[in-house]
Amino acid sequence: MAAVRTSSEVAANRLAIVAVLVVTIIFLAPIYWIASTAFKPRNLATTIPPTVVFQPEISPFVKLFTKRSQLRTPPTPEEYAAAPWWERVVFDGGEKIVRDGQGQVQWSGYPSRFLNSLIVAITSTILAVGMGTFTAYGFSRFKVKGEADLLFFILSTRMLPPVVVAIPMFLMYRAVGLNDSHLGLIILYTAFNLSFSVWLMKGFMDEIPKEYEEAALVDGYTRMEAFFKIVLPEAATGIAATAVFCFITAWNEYAFALIMTNRRAQTAPPFIPSQVGSGLPDWTVIAAGTFLFLLPVAIFTFLLRNHLLRGMSFGAIRK
Amino acid sequence: MAHIQLKNISKTFGNHTALSGLDLDIADGEFFVLLGETGAGKTTTLRLVAGLEKPTQGRVFIDGVDVADWGAAERDVALVLQQYSLYPRYTVRENLEFPLKSKLRRLPDAEIKDRVARAAKTLRIEHLLDRKTDRLSGGEMQRVSIGRAIVRKPRVFLMDEPLSALDAKLREALRTELKNLQIQLGATFLFVTHDQIEAMSMGDKVGVLNHGRIVQSGTPHEIYSNPRDTYVASFVGSPPMNLIDGKLVGGRAVMAPTAFELPLAGGTKAGVAAEGRPLVFGIRPEDVHLESGAPVEARVHDVENHGVEKILTLRVGDATLRATVPARTDVAIEQAVRFAWNPDKVVLFDKGSGINLRHAG
Repeated sequence: MAAVRTSSEVAANRLAIVAVLVVTIIFLAPIYWIASTAFKPRNLATTIPPTVVFQPEISPFVKLFTKRSQLRTPPTPEEYAAAPWWERVVFDGGEKIVRDGQGQVQWSGYPSRFLNSLIVAITSTILAVGMGTFTAYGFSRFKVKGEADLLFFILSTRMLPPVVVAIPMFLMYRAVGLNDSHLGLIILYTAFNLSFSVWLMKGFMDEIPKEYEEAALVDGYTRMEAFFKIVLPEAATGIAATAVFCFITAWNEYAFALIMTNRRAQTAPPFIPSQVGSGLPDWTVIAAGTFLFLLPVAIFTFLLRNHLLRGMSFGAIRK
Repeated sequence: MAHIQLKNISKTFGNHTALSGLDLDIADGEFFVLLGETGAGKTTTLRLVAGLEKPTQGRVFIDGVDVADWGAAERDVALVLQQYSLYPRYTVRENLEFPLKSKLRRLPDAEIKDRVARAAKTLRIEHLLDRKTDRLSGGEMQRVSIGRAIVRKPRVFLMDEPLSALDAKLREALRTELKNLQIQLGATFLFVTHDQIEAMSMGDKVGVLNHGRIVQSGTPHEIYSNPRDTYVASFVGSPPMNLIDGKLVGGRAVMAPTAFELPLAGGTKAGVAAEGRPLVFGIRPEDVHLESGAPVEARVHDVENHGVEKILTLRVGDATLRATVPARTDVAIEQAVRFAWNPDKVVLFDKGSGINLRHAG
């Protein structure tokens, strides 16, 4: 429609664009800060005023993945020449990569923590969204005795700040041997997300006309087949939106991960700041760790962005 | 094809009684229309036959077999709804194939292809087969929906207001098509509608449903000319039957409180009705005539021109009644006219119960 616009409408439109730009910049600034610090040489990371123009380096990432120690004496020219490029950038920073007796490079704690984060977040998201979808379908389609009370009860699990139960949870987990285990964190995060997932999915399920499944039932399909063939594809948008939220919650969770895990099952959020601990913190390495940590959520959200946008306006576009 | 019987069916949802003591008998190969207002229990009846609801009381028989324990899939019925009748995300072809691909049927691919092709041809939707359902017009959607029913060759077709969401012209066209299709297939149809024109024009038999009960069941002609009670009389027909309070005095209808008199065809009718008992006289608008020498004078309150005919609203004192007259009749609003009725066509109802005296007892 080529509607005629008045000059005041044009002005309002421009103002809106400016406002969106300002808000976007405010939100992107910290991310830019982290990303740029991750590629800075160590001596430029903490300058005042901040360095904006610099020669990007890969050394923070090399340091992130390896175990290093302070060099007492500079490497001999032969040693330096024999070292691969990634070892040289560490030498340049006045450190050396720790090797074991066989000369194998020692990894830092980061890759395993990152892997732990992936395992815990993905598994708990699948569990929470899967169980939430089934539960929501049940609530949406069948007469459940005390439905309102049950739904309220499910929601009430979110009503107290999770940290309040951290100590009792820690004691219980220790008693049953779930502390510092993947399973323990997965159960915890699934429990966090389940109420949210049930409520969100209930809304989406209610929007899907039950006539579709009834038609499938009459057409000779079982309730289960109708659910998988007809309901699930229709609910894809809702499932995607719910999954993004559950994944973000599980991925970013800090307090419980800090309390419940220390080595074997530790996730990235408590690990990254723990590197600050000894000596002068190398902010470039911490920024590199944080930068990589941001990527999975960003990629996941980006892949599902169409579903997410439709999911947010779902109730509005249907009548 | 099947013979369907509902015996003494009651259905309650919580405190709400949808159906109470409903009896229904649909013969094999019959086009049965269930006619009623919104909330009368039409859709509930349909869902009970489909197996999507279980009756609180009473039994459903298909071909003489009690189907209480049969699920929707086993009853082998086809359902066509007013909306949401097609699977979204599927093409027309996939929609038509869907019921045939059920594990219950296990048809070979060639047979599926053949049946889909034949259904598409019958309904003239061959050019739409590869289209997604969200790119169809309302009429096309309902055609496909009917197609999904006929590919199955079900025992019964259940249709829940399939034409109600369509515009008038399309509705008329599909009405004829659907009726022809039923004759061609020789199938049993249970068709639910609130539109009495649909009921009258399509049904072999019509059941009028009110407050969860079948008030009257019969051929469209029976329902129209001899309604069982004042509800049916005022619900069926457009415009509806005129209903005027009055009494029978000496074989003549005496209207009260507005005093005017009209003759009745004597003998039987007058005999049944006790003299002086409060009655309701029913007369179809087409049986009210304007004549210069007619016994009663009235004023023209309103004139509706329908092309082939005019519908007049006449005022006699504080009673109003409608008359259908030929379009060429020249009348103006507030004009004084004289009218009479066709005494043979007058239907007498008991004032208290509303029951047609011919049906009573």
